[in-house]
Amino acid sequence: MNFETIVFYVFAALTLFAALRVITARNPVHAVMFLVLAFISSSGIWLLLEAEFLAITLVLVYVGAVMVLFLFVVMMLDINLVRLREGFWRWLPFGAALAGLMVFQMVWVLGSTEIAGGVEAVRHAADYSNTKELGRLIYTDYVYPFELAAVLLLIAMVAAIALTLRRRKDSKSQVVADQVAVKKADRLRVVKMQAEKPAAGHPSASKE
Amino acid sequence: MMELLQILEQTGLDLLGPAWLPVWTIVKIMLIVLPIMGAVAYLTLAERKVIGYMQIRIGPNRVGPYGLLQPIADGVKLLFKEIIVPSGSNKFLFILAPIMALAPSLAAWAVVPFADGVVLSNLNAGLLYLLAMTSLGVYGIIIAGWASNSKYAFLGAVRSAAQIVSYEIAMGFALVCVLLASQSMNLGEIVQGQKGSYGLLNWYLLPLFPMFLVYLISGVAETNRAPFDMAEGESEIVAGFHVEYSGMAFALFFLAEYANMILIAFLTSIMFLGGWLSPVPFIPDSFVWLLAKVSFILFLFLWFRATFPRYRYDQLMRLGWKVFIPLTIVWVIVVATWMQTPLWVW
Repeated sequence: MNFETIVFYVFAALTLFAALRVITARNPVHAVMFLVLAFISSSGIWLLLEAEFLAITLVLVYVGAVMVLFLFVVMMLDINLVRLREGFWRWLPFGAALAGLMVFQMVWVLGSTEIAGGVEAVRHAADYSNTKELGRLIYTDYVYPFELAAVLLLIAMVAAIALTLRRRKDSKSQVVADQVAVKKADRLRVVKMQAEKPAAGHPSASKE
Repeated sequence: MMELLQILEQTGLDLLGPAWLPVWTIVKIMLIVLPIMGAVAYLTLAERKVIGYMQIRIGPNRVGPYGLLQPIADGVKLLFKEIIVPSGSNKFLFILAPIMALAPSLAAWAVVPFADGVVLSNLNAGLLYLLAMTSLGVYGIIIAGWASNSKYAFLGAVRSAAQIVSYEIAMGFALVCVLLASQSMNLGEIVQGQKGSYGLLNWYLLPLFPMFLVYLISGVAETNRAPFDMAEGESEIVAGFHVEYSGMAFALFFLAEYANMILIAFLTSIMFLGGWLSPVPFIPDSFVWLLAKVSFILFLFLWFRATFPRYRYDQLMRLGWKVFIPLTIVWVIVVATWMQTPLWVW
């Protein structure tokens, strides 16, 4: 067993453990943190396959942005753990059947003769850039599927904003352009006046 | 110098065999981390001194000559203080949070080049790695705010999360411009791309000047420094996310903030100010130039803090989403078009 295999098994075990804890953790915030761990350890597996662009992007996009927003929402929820757990036994047979189906599918696909022995990762020279290669493929051979996916994402984004944007007539709002355009003269008036000094010897009786 | 290094590596390899590589790497990591810790300590002193003089005060001057031992006194004081874990807090995450804040800000230094070829890991995707590492720092703050089980800490954490996620996008796009100009994600190659016979006219500062400003200001926002220090906001939410932390646990947040500041200063110097390259062609390039540029940017950080009042939160969000992000996207298109014409001389 060489070093790479050991690293693979460590990351694989971590991913499985974290994924299991995501669904078993009692506290939703802990579950989200375990999901973060699962992402990071699976990006480690991608690094072993020399797919450094995908691995780092996984950390950057999912861990650095998506999960932060996820955590943000989960923290604000006041989740009642007891109510979350009720109906567990009622739905268990249904869930188990679904899980069994998924396992069957995976065994079917992964157990096929072509990939039964595992696939060896292609080795490259040190100056090989995974990022360059990926960019070249995306923008030449796969440019139409890529653009299509981008447009789909854009539509989803616009739709999500359109669905949640509600204009209330009675809400007050600031006109930021006016605020930014404010000059010093609009707000501040400097009054010049002579320095005054109470008469010598009579500090308290200056009115007399 | 190079020969001495080779002799050292050879004797080490003979002496320790396969264990030499991890040992030598740890030595190199120490050579990076320890100076950073020293720099953090003295940056706090520099901050107090600089802001002091800007406000016509003297600043710390009691401990040691000119107050030079003040950071050490502060460190020792924090070390001896008791770490109080609030009874209503989530113990494990409460202890984990300061570690999560500091670790990514130190891990990012792995790909930072200090001179030609002097880098811990000469990574091809160095720029991506940096973006990923700097985006992880926010977890420390969010977890600290939530695990403290305190309203002030939670408000600070929520503010900080929204702020950092917003400004990261503008920062990423500013770096895409650098990527376009240098056609490489390797930080060493980015510096080499700014080398030329005209000195500072060859730096990316010139064609990417708006991006330099965006990156610097977003950097201030990312590190939660004034005028974008809403996450702490002493006058509104006491001390924000670290209100419940004391002793060394608090010191770790402090270390993370200042280590991040130094990191942003290094990155700005490397991406836009030519790294270790000399500004005039007749003086040789050296690490000293990098230090000078970094010190200048750190001075800007302190200067901002002494000058600007704190932003209002809606103004901060407006600046990030409605000013910086459109500006950076337009500049990506401008640079990409510019590079297709003969007018691109960098």
